Amino acid sequence: MLIFEHSRPGRRAGVQAPAAEASADDLPAGLLREDRPALPEVSEMQAVRHYTRLSQKNFSIDTHFYPLGSCTMKYNPRACNTLAMLPGILARHPLAPASEGQGALACLYELQEMLKEVTGMKAVSLTPAAGAQGEFAGVAMIRAYHDARNDDARDEILVPDAAHGTNPATATMCGYKVREIPTLDNGDVDVDALREAVGEHTAGIMLTNPSTLGVFERRIKEIADIVHQAGGLLYYDGANLNAILGKVRPGDMGFDVIHMNLHKTFSTPHGGGGPGAGPVGVSERLEPFMPVPIVDYDGDEYVWLTEKERPQSIGRLSAFMGNAGVLFRAYVYARLLGREGMHRVAEFATLNANYLMKRLQQAGFDLAFPDRRATHEFIVTLKRQMKELNVSAMDVAKRLLDYGYHAPTTYFPLLVPECLLIEPTETESREELDGFVEAMTRILEEAAGDAGLLHEAPHTLPVRRLDEVRAARELDLRWKAG
Amino acid sequence: MSDVPGDLRYSKSHEWVRVNDDGTVTTGITDHAQGLLGDLVFVELPEVDHEVEAEEACAVVESVKAASDVYAPIAGTVVEVNEELNDAPEAVNQDPYGAGWLMRLQPSSVEDVERLMSPDEYQEYIESE
Ligand SMILES: Cc1ncc(COP(=O)(O)O)c(C=O)c1O
Repeated sequence: MLIFEHSRPGRRAGVQAPAAEASADDLPAGLLREDRPALPEVSEMQAVRHYTRLSQKNFSIDTHFYPLGSCTMKYNPRACNTLAMLPGILARHPLAPASEGQGALACLYELQEMLKEVTGMKAVSLTPAAGAQGEFAGVAMIRAYHDARNDDARDEILVPDAAHGTNPATATMCGYKVREIPTLDNGDVDVDALREAVGEHTAGIMLTNPSTLGVFERRIKEIADIVHQAGGLLYYDGANLNAILGKVRPGDMGFDVIHMNLHKTFSTPHGGGGPGAGPVGVSERLEPFMPVPIVDYDGDEYVWLTEKERPQSIGRLSAFMGNAGVLFRAYVYARLLGREGMHRVAEFATLNANYLMKRLQQAGFDLAFPDRRATHEFIVTLKRQMKELNVSAMDVAKRLLDYGYHAPTTYFPLLVPECLLIEPTETESREELDGFVEAMTRILEEAAGDAGLLHEAPHTLPVRRLDEVRAARELDLRWKAG
Repeated sequence: MSDVPGDLRYSKSHEWVRVNDDGTVTTGITDHAQGLLGDLVFVELPEVDHEVEAEEACAVVESVKAASDVYAPIAGTVVEVNEELNDAPEAVNQDPYGAGWLMRLQPSSVEDVERLMSPDEYQEYIESE
């Protein structure tokens, strides 16, 4: 039921409503509305109960195991949120002088330093407001670098076909042609094809590691050398940092620029729908082009670096520091974990994924890359079940909801048919993972016995199988009375 | 089982090609491809007069699962596109070889069609996939 359907004409929240109509005679007549706004007319308790009930219908990390691949839906310590909302942070006006708010600037500076350390990059800028914007900043810097050297023949960015869709989109937005590099059956980038594709047109490559296929790119050093020798720069899509945090550093692998999704690894869930933060780290040669503002420490005070100090900067990507709240949460999280804690994140994220992968394989599920070790996530393919039982990845995903599990990511990456991308994260207990295996095992039995049960799932939720096709074809987002 | 008509040629990226009497060729995506994609909700077609190279991405088909490029099976010039699909993308699902055609090309060289797969070869190809 929608809040509007609780509405009765003339009902008001009597106690708190002002007795007299507020006067609006100081507004120009032309700007006054003629009709009352169509707001729901409900009591206070109706409003409270309506929204509380809705929130209880949600699947969330607080209520359900949420193995949504590539979204890192893990436990985010409450302290991160609480401390990020201290008055000195929350109430600081972004236009206040740097001298007022040295504490907040110090946090941002230290976050830059910690991200430098964990990625092995020379410098970090925090402003990009999401992963995709971090990518945009990164490729814009690659472009600015080549432009500054009058190296204008470079008009291509190489992108493995397994890449997240934001990679080719980013390259295109930056004015580059996208050249796809195929993936081998074992999940690695096809290095021979790469060797053939590089040349004087190569501006750079965008490489994702761990890749979207749930495997580590094994020939990364070779790939780096091939592209560098051709004069191209190396972009590291570090959206999925959870699996390598504190273990290996893209800077040490020779990468020139990396973006990270703080809203996966650093205490903000990606699947929550935003806001996010996608800081970029760069090697020495890209440092002059970094987006501003950046926080610097002059030995005495924390100061902003802007276009004035960084005349070659690609500029600003958002207002002030981007989504500062996410940055402060990440800062607290990084400080809570410390160096050793970060190692543990990577160890347990990969351990949980490998455990779950093996158990699902034993339960009869096919892995997309059975010979490979999982990163922090892995892929199950239901291609065989689709052929033999007419049961799709979507059917299994919907049935999982009936068992009280949020579904894994479905139909991504595109390279693997009928796939589920499963990311358990480091913060789940073994019992929770075993429970998920049990549910998946039962679903597989149901698929063999009564596929109809799966085709019509979910059966126990407030809404049944939604008609996604009709929703996409006849987009209608507005509620209209009667 | 996907339908693979015997009078067409096929590309590895799942486009079909029909040679018309006037020397132009009509192309679309195969029954197998539409089945993999699921119900289409949007089709983006190239401009008429656009020149395409073989294997160039020249159209996009979008389902609720994914947006996929459609590649030109052979080189040529676009002479007509199926405007009906703007309002009725489902035609590609319902009738991929008929009402669901995507575009008509004036091929740079008709012989290029011969290099595409025969129906038997394509049938074997999709079974091995
Ligand atoms: C590999 C990869 N790159 C880039 C992105 C884009 O990040 P964002 O969604 O924050 O724009 C994602 C998001 O999931 C991703 O998985």
